[in-house]
Amino acid sequence: MASSSYLELRSKLTTRDRSLHEKVVSLEAAAALVKDGETVGIGGSTLSRTPMAMIWALIRARKKRLTCARGITSSEGDWLFGSGACDRMVTSWFSQGIVWGVSKVMRHHVETGKARFDEWSHMAMGMRFRAGAMGVPFLPMRSMLGSDVVRLRPEVREIDCPFTGDKLLLVPALNPDVALIHVQRCDAYGNAQMDGLQFLDIDLAMAANRVILTTERIVSNDQIRRAPDQTKIPFFAVEAVVEVPFGCAPHECSGVYEPLFRHMDYYTSLVNKDPVGGMAEYLERYVYGPQSWTGYLNLLGLDQLLEAARNGRSVSNA
Amino acid sequence: MPSTTDYTASELLAVMSSRLLKNGQIVFAGVGIPLLAATLAQGLHCPGLTILFEGGVIGPVIEPGKLPPSTNEQRCTIRANMVLASTDVLLLLQRGYVDVGFMGGAQIDQYGNLNSSFIGDPAKPKTRLPGTGGGNDIASLAQMIVAMKHEKRRFVEAVDFVTSPGFLHGGTTRRDSGLAAGGMYRVVTDLGIFGFDDETRRMNIVALHPGVTLGQVQDNTGFELASAPDIGVTERPTELELEFLRKLDPERLYTA
Repeated sequence: MASSSYLELRSKLTTRDRSLHEKVVSLEAAAALVKDGETVGIGGSTLSRTPMAMIWALIRARKKRLTCARGITSSEGDWLFGSGACDRMVTSWFSQGIVWGVSKVMRHHVETGKARFDEWSHMAMGMRFRAGAMGVPFLPMRSMLGSDVVRLRPEVREIDCPFTGDKLLLVPALNPDVALIHVQRCDAYGNAQMDGLQFLDIDLAMAANRVILTTERIVSNDQIRRAPDQTKIPFFAVEAVVEVPFGCAPHECSGVYEPLFRHMDYYTSLVNKDPVGGMAEYLERYVYGPQSWTGYLNLLGLDQLLEAARNGRSVSNA
Repeated sequence: MPSTTDYTASELLAVMSSRLLKNGQIVFAGVGIPLLAATLAQGLHCPGLTILFEGGVIGPVIEPGKLPPSTNEQRCTIRANMVLASTDVLLLLQRGYVDVGFMGGAQIDQYGNLNSSFIGDPAKPKTRLPGTGGGNDIASLAQMIVAMKHEKRRFVEAVDFVTSPGFLHGGTTRRDSGLAAGGMYRVVTDLGIFGFDDETRRMNIVALHPGVTLGQVQDNTGFELASAPDIGVTERPTELELEFLRKLDPERLYTA
């Protein structure tokens, strides 16, 4: 007999209107779809295709007790911890980026017990989303065995393979309540196309109970239908679509803009010098201060945005 | 004009580890020294070397002066043969396609276990470090080369936390834990090149860099290093190697 949790997981999909309908909303309206205490899967990886505008909106909406899951976590994790929106990060790596050293914001929250950082290997994160996307309760894998990473993970099981006798690690499916994913383009129905690295996003989208898409631009359904092989997330998985140009800034969106390195240098030096005061100062000025995401972009500055955009487009010149 | 007597420790690491790579290999490379070393090898003596990046990249070409800040940005994808999901590039390790896993290290012990998670007791850590990323997967599933600075606080008898497994407690403990393949092959530091005893799996000295003494190595190591029967001496970086590296990293992002 199927477990009740599996049937419940299925029923969460069927309660939503899955017809081909328009679902374009504002950033604020999309933020209202996320409830306190939910598990939020975050698309992209490290400095790439981070749904930064959506996270920014969730923080402004004063969300609380979110559990967030991402393959690799960068400065958006600082924002989520520092603002109090998230008290548990499930990820394989958490710092702003190798070139900036260890995030003092992450350290402050984890070392003082204010928030949790549950560490999994990157492949384990991927397999957990994949199991979630497949509708099975776990997947087997051969890494993490023997290490202390696995010792801290009561969620896993070690088994002897019933066919070969090999020792295997079973990692449980991760089905987030909601996935936040930023793409280069999608239509008003949520058919999403992404360029460059996919990271864990397609499994994440299909594992989640619902997807909030942010996009550099909304294109026509005709344009989607001209290249359906490029569509990576189907409309029926998507609950809301928000058009947010530069929606990953100060991170990158492949082929559109690179990270705003100067802003990242400024940000990391501010918060790593003073993880409490510096973080509060940044959130006040850059997250709570502006009237809109465009206001945030204004604070980043046109010269930095144009430089990032120039570098972003250069990827196809090589 | 690059001088062959005047190079940084990072440049030495990149050069020495690049020489360990062989043509035709598939190398899963981390950012920083591993990326520089793999690109250097590709440029000078391994034209048929294929680089894989954790973000999901097969066979990119790294542009001089445009080094990626991690293995997850568009710079990693330039002129690649294929991009794929991060899970799927990591699964290539599990399937057995990868000859060498190549990473940096923060702390290593006598059995080649790496720690990038905690300093102190994990239940109440003195320092929370960024964690494994794909490090655990790479070290669990491939033959490893690790490039790192040689300091006593980094070369410890037992790491506080095994993030990425070497030979665990030595002997057969790695295989016994279920890790059927892979393991530590070489550790490259600014003092020398190190390997692991076939039986005990303890770290030993394979070669010293020019001008480095055994005493100097032991003084900078927190456990007793065994010596392989004949310890070699490496050849210093050539002008060609240094020139290539400095073109690759003109801003000294990773070679300062």
